[in-house]
Amino acid sequence: MNGKIVKANQYHTHISSKSRRFSLNFKEVWNYRDLIWLFTKKNFKLIYKQTVLGPAWIVLNPIISSLIYMVVFGKIAGMGTDGVPQILFYLSGSAIWTLFSTCLTNNASTFTQNANVFGKVYFPRLTMPVSTVISSIIQFGVQMILVLILLAYFTITGQVHPNWTAWLLLPFVIIQLGALGLGFGIIISSLTTKYRDLALLVTFGVQLWMYATPVVYPLSILGNSALKVAIMINPVTMPVEVFRYAVLGVGTLNPLFIGISLAVTIAVLILGISVFNRVEKTFMDTV
Amino acid sequence: MSEQENRNIAIELKGVKKQYRLGQIGGGTLTADLQSWWARVRGKEDPNIRIDQDQRLIGKTFMALNGIDLTIYQGEAIGIIGSNGAGKSTMLKLLSRVTAPTAGDIDIYGRVASMLEVGTGFHGEMTGRENVYLNGAILGMTKAEIDAKMEDIIEFSEVREFIDTPVKRYSSGMYVKLAFSVAAHLDSEIMIMDEVLAVGDINFQQKCLKKMRSAATEEGRTVLYVSHNMSTIRQLCNRCIVLDGGKIIYDGDVEEAINVYSKSVKTNDFIDNKIVLANIDRGRNYDTINELLMTELTVNSPTISMGEPFVFKMSFKTKKRKVDSVLRIVIFSKDGAVVGGTYSDLFTLYKRNNNEVGFSFCTGNLAPGTYLVDLILCSYENGVQEKHDYLSRAFSFSVLETKVHYNMQWKKAYWGNVIFDKVRVLNNGKTDSEG
Repeated sequence: MNGKIVKANQYHTHISSKSRRFSLNFKEVWNYRDLIWLFTKKNFKLIYKQTVLGPAWIVLNPIISSLIYMVVFGKIAGMGTDGVPQILFYLSGSAIWTLFSTCLTNNASTFTQNANVFGKVYFPRLTMPVSTVISSIIQFGVQMILVLILLAYFTITGQVHPNWTAWLLLPFVIIQLGALGLGFGIIISSLTTKYRDLALLVTFGVQLWMYATPVVYPLSILGNSALKVAIMINPVTMPVEVFRYAVLGVGTLNPLFIGISLAVTIAVLILGISVFNRVEKTFMDTV
Repeated sequence: MSEQENRNIAIELKGVKKQYRLGQIGGGTLTADLQSWWARVRGKEDPNIRIDQDQRLIGKTFMALNGIDLTIYQGEAIGIIGSNGAGKSTMLKLLSRVTAPTAGDIDIYGRVASMLEVGTGFHGEMTGRENVYLNGAILGMTKAEIDAKMEDIIEFSEVREFIDTPVKRYSSGMYVKLAFSVAAHLDSEIMIMDEVLAVGDINFQQKCLKKMRSAATEEGRTVLYVSHNMSTIRQLCNRCIVLDGGKIIYDGDVEEAINVYSKSVKTNDFIDNKIVLANIDRGRNYDTINELLMTELTVNSPTISMGEPFVFKMSFKTKKRKVDSVLRIVIFSKDGAVVGGTYSDLFTLYKRNNNEVGFSFCTGNLAPGTYLVDLILCSYENGVQEKHDYLSRAFSFSVLETKVHYNMQWKKAYWGNVIFDKVRVLNNGKTDSEG
């Protein structure tokens, strides 16, 4: 029994009314890594639970949207793809965009969707958004297999020339987009505990955002207009272009805007975590 | 005294207060909040002054806990009692870190396993075993720890045959058993329980109490237990706290605490599952007649799980024999809206001071939540209905959500207080047993 008591004192928790805004306990989140993994597994299990095609939707989704893009933007609008075969261009674009957008939309409802569980038991709330990001990255990985198959074909036939050395940058691109989606997502989810209308804005906003990002068109078709600068300030633009530069061998890179994008990501992430951290303590009283 | 000091502190609360805003919650506008934030950032005075500084707004807040100082030592089994709204649940919420205090400090030495609700985070689509992993992880166990305890958990839960079946097919009893087993097998130093034993059969209840009792006495764990059921408090606890209006009004011996509580209690709260109805003020219309009077109400439990009948016993004092007596029940939701009502079968009351009649009321369609009940005693002699006794909001009872259909929690605010019987599918070619 004595041993037990000594052990107990290792786990001292101090709860105070004074909120420390940046007191995020990463160690605690790390201690709950098994929970993160279980949440991730649960995400996959439940999304495709009552569907006929099951996990096949992970690849069917981008294929269907790519086909639509081919018809609408490729055929009807006649937009170029920097000489890259259309199907590969749209498929890779849609994969990288989906990585960001699922991180954002799925995290945007963290608090309101889980109010039930959050109201009854404590665990580091950040485990949920983190598991959402991991799920999105795994989903992206599966979609990339499809992209790689097409890429192999088009590389062998000489229609695409990837920058293989730039592939080393891909992990950073993925992490950056995950972080950006997480940051924006948890800011929105924190705010929706008080202002519900934000949740309605998200679906709509994300759609608009996609068109403000060079996903269905290459940045190069904008020439040197002011619009191009505006789109490059969008923090998602540069990671998407870096991705494209590596995988497809085409893309407009600009060190200044890459810097801006990174700075915005870090700022959004820090802001997001601090807001989330503050809201998680008392949101049960307002939800 | 010296022994007291030598013991290790498990939980210490110092001046803890918890304030809730009444009325429109979270109704602040984005602009006002941004203004306040900007003012704070610049270190200026907040243009939207905070609640505690503005006299006019005081009426709109509510102190659920109003200055709690409490020290709990390791190995104690503490009962927390008090009438509805005394602050019991708020206190447990603060200790479980579900919400933060408005003022004061709390120190907790040890890991906390809290069960404020049965099966938190259980997911209907996942099997029992998967839910044990998820629930265990939510409560803070690692996968390795759960693996090591898995056998014990399954054994204790008595649902071994169904452990690989999705829990949506479990009965409410099985659900509770599995959920409790997970929490009971945590390696936590502190266990917090909010009347979770209300559901589940008597044998399992006893088993759970024994388990918690031994956790406290043999393993030196600290147990905090909130209940309206005094007999379980007596069984489990060696110290008891009485809360009233957000303050501790008694702290110490269990029997004495129950005494204090009984005196502090407002007329219509269950004490040991019993309410004395005889002395409740009936209002103007029924206070003088008293030919037939409802004197006492006893229930098995003021909390039932969904679909269970509500079983209760009533005592009547009668000055005249009444053959065709009827008890009418009207049920109201917590916000005062009438939900519905029903009649009892006819029963006979004899001319004596104590007629005992048992009733069972089908609550099959009531959605989870708390309900208030009006009791009306009538007779129906020679085709004439006569009202003899009327008790407005005589008591309240709660229905627990123990079964979730299609993964959907019943949203009372939108879907109402009544869940009708499931809609039958006709002409579907074949019957689908999947549900």
